[in-house]
Amino acid sequence: MPAMHDAMPARLNTLERRRYATNIAGWGLCTLAFLLIAVPLLDLVLTVTLKGASAFSVALFTTSTNGVTGGLQNAIIGTLVLSLGSLVIAAPIGIGAGIYLSEYGSNRLAATVRFLADTLTGTPSIVLGYFSYITMVIGLGWKFSALAGAITLAIMVVPYLARITELSLQRVPTSMREAAYALGARDHTVASRIVLAAAAPGVITGVLLSLAISVGETAPLIYTAGWSNYLWTGKLTNEPIGYLTYVIWTFINEPNPQSHALAFAAALLVMLVVLAINIGVRMVMRRDP
Amino acid sequence: MSKVKPFRLTMAAVALLIPLALAAIVFFLARYSWQAIGFNGLRFLWTINWNLGNLYGNTVMRHGYEVPPGANYGILAFIVGTLFSSFLAILFAVPVSVGAAMFLSEKAPARMRPWLTMLVELVAVVPSVVFGLWGIFVLVPLIANWISPAITAVLGFMPFFNMNNSTGSGYGLLAASIVLALMITPIITTTLYDALNQVPRELRESAYALGATHFEVVANTMLPTARVTLIGGIVLALGRALGETMAVLMVSGGALNYLPGTIFTPISTMAAFILSQLDSALQDPSNMAVKSLAEIALVLFVITVLVNAVARLLVRRTINARNA
Repeated sequence: MPAMHDAMPARLNTLERRRYATNIAGWGLCTLAFLLIAVPLLDLVLTVTLKGASAFSVALFTTSTNGVTGGLQNAIIGTLVLSLGSLVIAAPIGIGAGIYLSEYGSNRLAATVRFLADTLTGTPSIVLGYFSYITMVIGLGWKFSALAGAITLAIMVVPYLARITELSLQRVPTSMREAAYALGARDHTVASRIVLAAAAPGVITGVLLSLAISVGETAPLIYTAGWSNYLWTGKLTNEPIGYLTYVIWTFINEPNPQSHALAFAAALLVMLVVLAINIGVRMVMRRDP
Repeated sequence: MSKVKPFRLTMAAVALLIPLALAAIVFFLARYSWQAIGFNGLRFLWTINWNLGNLYGNTVMRHGYEVPPGANYGILAFIVGTLFSSFLAILFAVPVSVGAAMFLSEKAPARMRPWLTMLVELVAVVPSVVFGLWGIFVLVPLIANWISPAITAVLGFMPFFNMNNSTGSGYGLLAASIVLALMITPIITTTLYDALNQVPRELRESAYALGATHFEVVANTMLPTARVTLIGGIVLALGRALGETMAVLMVSGGALNYLPGTIFTPISTMAAFILSQLDSALQDPSNMAVKSLAEIALVLFVITVLVNAVARLLVRRTINARNA
């Protein structure tokens, strides 16, 4: 349909000419604007993929970092521990809060929680990191540790998870809840067996997106997880732990090419996880309307 | 109805952990930085001198607080760096986002639209540190070799746009602003894209019936209805830009104690400074430096909370108006 309106008639006066010219120039600029967003992203993905893939080797996954060279085994395991650990803490809290907001949340208290959840989501991650540094690393004497890092990431993703859970639970038809209550089901049965079960895909989506956020986070971990060249020994406190994003940040500032290669390899691993989750989630969501 | 409902109460208690976390953040940041707030006073916000003092001498008493001799904590340079880089980022991002949203909702081929929209959404999920990496490897050389000389050649007669008055390394205010702009465009674009898709069909058809061109329909008829949502999206993006840490830290050049004289000058933002200074601040035996860093975190927190609150109110008002 637009093409019909844009076709230029044969005879035009000056004003019409100018309007058609504006039309073409305007859409040209809009297309250019889109390209200004798309091209840097494609260039970023391409750069990271090419430079990162060329650094891949078996040793990358089987040896630990050694100063500014070596492999990434410690960082890969550390990232897994921190992000999965944060999910273990955040998922029950985030989903529980989401259940409250969606099922019993038509009151002032819930409106306040909603607003404050959005506020917490908007809080800079470095501020959360400093808070955890004061309270856990120093206050509780945990030092740089896996637990402090995982809790910090959990604080970051809980409000996000709560809002996504709320949105997916709200899509479940009220009639399903009423049917269950009519059969004599209790609150917890309705919430867990009926509503949560029906909204499971949406909630799992939220959990996966939270995982993607945790894997890519850097700033709050520097203050809480610290950094370690060694494999994690399983201690929750009093032992710093390595992670991939730290490698990206520090190794790119080293002068030697091996360090740069490691930084790009770490970036590629992080990007693979983040993009796989985000693209996968969007493909699945689009399939079922 | 007065029956106790244990499940509901449990879920409410879980949900209350979110306000509790927020309250704890304010409380512990304020308590930890209390001495710094007392020692620094308002000089903290108005002076440009961040100086840890002589860390190897004995601490001295000043204003009733024990600090290293010569210590002074003034963060005006970082406040200016934060506001300036975010402001420039918004300046770059808004026209690009508006154009991209118009393109996606109106001009993109229907079959490709979901993919192109996803591309923009994906920009938002790229981790900050990866943007920083790309910034160091691609953007900074690009700025140093092409963009800065070009801007200097065209606008160099104005002092603020002349790279010869700066380091010309590529690291600095411009690099930080461009990376920030790229990171926040998807927020503004998707907000506006959703709003444009909800414009009533009648409005568009009336404009066409009056003989408007396609661009006139979108720019003059549809865009004005999405104005408040657009502003909400911009303020939301501003909140994100103010608190952004890693990418800015990696490309901003890390200035200390001077204001940017040109857009090519290195800067520091509050968030980046907190991160980069912990190691040196820990050397302070009186702990006042670490507490002053906590005060920066507190100031940054207050600023972003205010900005986000404004954004949520703006966005929510339009959604309510639309549903009414």
